[in-house]
Amino acid sequence: MSDFNRRDFIRLATGATLASGALGFPGLLLAATPKVVVVGGGVGGCTVAKYLRKLDPKLEVTLIETKKTYTSCFMSNEVLSGDRTLESLTFDYEGLKRHGVNVVIDYVSAIDPSKKLVFTAGGDQFGYDACVVSPGVDFKWETIEGYDETVAETIPHAWFAGPQTLTLRRQIESMPEGGKVIIVAPPNPFKCPPGPYERAAQIAMYCKHHKPRVKIIILDPKDRFSKQGLFRQGWSQLYGFGTENSMIEWIGAAGGGTVEAVDPSTRTLQAEIEEFQADVINIIPPQKAGKVAFASDLVDGDWCPVNKLTFESSRHPNVYVLGDASSAAKMPKSAYAASSQAKVAAAAIVARFNGIEPGEPTFVNTCYSILGDEHGISVAAVYALNRDNNTIESIKGAGGLSPMDASPEQRKREVSYAHSWFKNLIEDMMM
Amino acid sequence: MRRKTVFAILSLLALAPVITQAAGPTAAALAFTCAGCHGTDGSSVGPSSPSIAQMDPEVFIDAMQAYKGDQSNSTIMNRIAKGYSDEQIKGMAWFFAKQKLRLQPQQHDPQLARLGAELHDKYCEKCHEDAGRPGDAGTLAGQWMPYLGYTMADYIAGKRPYPRKMQRKVDAAIKDQGDKATSALIHYYGSQH
Repeated sequence: MSDFNRRDFIRLATGATLASGALGFPGLLLAATPKVVVVGGGVGGCTVAKYLRKLDPKLEVTLIETKKTYTSCFMSNEVLSGDRTLESLTFDYEGLKRHGVNVVIDYVSAIDPSKKLVFTAGGDQFGYDACVVSPGVDFKWETIEGYDETVAETIPHAWFAGPQTLTLRRQIESMPEGGKVIIVAPPNPFKCPPGPYERAAQIAMYCKHHKPRVKIIILDPKDRFSKQGLFRQGWSQLYGFGTENSMIEWIGAAGGGTVEAVDPSTRTLQAEIEEFQADVINIIPPQKAGKVAFASDLVDGDWCPVNKLTFESSRHPNVYVLGDASSAAKMPKSAYAASSQAKVAAAAIVARFNGIEPGEPTFVNTCYSILGDEHGISVAAVYALNRDNNTIESIKGAGGLSPMDASPEQRKREVSYAHSWFKNLIEDMMM
Repeated sequence: MRRKTVFAILSLLALAPVITQAAGPTAAALAFTCAGCHGTDGSSVGPSSPSIAQMDPEVFIDAMQAYKGDQSNSTIMNRIAKGYSDEQIKGMAWFFAKQKLRLQPQQHDPQLARLGAELHDKYCEKCHEDAGRPGDAGTLAGQWMPYLGYTMADYIAGKRPYPRKMQRKVDAAIKDQGDKATSALIHYYGSQH
């Protein structure tokens, strides 16, 4: 494409409007082939890489990721019920390469925004015109006494899908009938807000058929949680929640659900009011932005503030932060949110390279939870940016939860749509 | 030269009213957010959320408006459609109409599909031309079979605006072949990737 045609295409595709003095953006001196370095090969990173190339095939896009393959966290609770293998959640980066993305397997130690350089543990450095950081979350290990990365090998968090997901599955399979599982839920904000509660249901789904006297207790430092009404209804329809024989019990903050310490040798948890002992413990620790965000001065507190028009960091120009690590209120930390933000950032970066103003952003989140073989629920929102307070607000009258008391047929359809959501999100990010 | 280019761009913008008229997001930006369920540029990889690429724009608009107004049964689309203005829906309709539909093979029962082919020719082809490929009566060929099943069940249960002509034809097909008529049609369309 000639430059003129390319610019028109970009304008139409990204919604960029004509800036004053449009054809020579002051202060932006770019090489003929602008370079984008993407840090992190999760939903945010992969999606932004693919869409940058889609919007402007002239861009040189390099994605740096530590692991050779990606394993999806969303749908990984299905591994716990035995409905799914970890392999079915694992994908390589060949698809991204086919879109012309350079994929580098290395660990990014830090970004120097003043020199516009990305440094890796492997000793390489990458210059950029724009850098997109999508590192996901890291844990605040210090908040639960006795819990650390070593202990997590036997008392797994399984909050990154991978070996720990399999450890947790094996522990559930080998625990005795009548045993006890405890899930320690994290405080807000954390990635995948409905995840711990779906996890309880998926474990119950397996136990219902194999060990029907197992008890699953959720210890929660919160008094409310995502899709609460729908979870309680689903748990009661499927697992006797609210009755004497319920497989699932939820203890919130007011009931003493906040866990302060763990003793791995006796598998005992010290909560605010009492102690709990269990056969299987799953601790999902409190969360903060991934390590590279801290190493690169992108955080304010635990998360990375951004200009929500573009997802450019509020702390350093030409660096963009997407997904779980960003402070993107009021969007949740979910895969769909990261994907939606990635497309806004990709369009904004391409617009900037072409000396034009970014278009108006638009966002969607959809998130499914599967409580039983034929029982799915969802939450959805369509968002717009309120520029006055830099807040992404859900459009009134739209979005919301699956209805309470929906028919079994509707719940069953939502399982099938949940699987479609999984497959299409993966396809859209890296195939 | 530069002024000429600016002028050319401005003329081009003037010719694209949907895209430049509103201060809001472009049609492409809106459409990109659908991909997480409907696939990149609207070609779904299944197993059940429908492909919307190459969809007839009027069909798209009617479907979205029916979801928006709670006229069509849905699990999630009624909640999502309410987030968009009529103009935005129109913009998305034209965006998807221009995307190439990429279909994938689906497991189907060949015998049922053969029966479905006969029923299609007899009762459906007149409106759903060319084996139900994208047109002003929607996209049936190669559409994800669970979705076709849900939609058909909703028509028959009166949970979706049911064109009278279609109702007459579906009734006739069911009278012809009994309960297996609808699954035969679904297997036929599923075989047409």
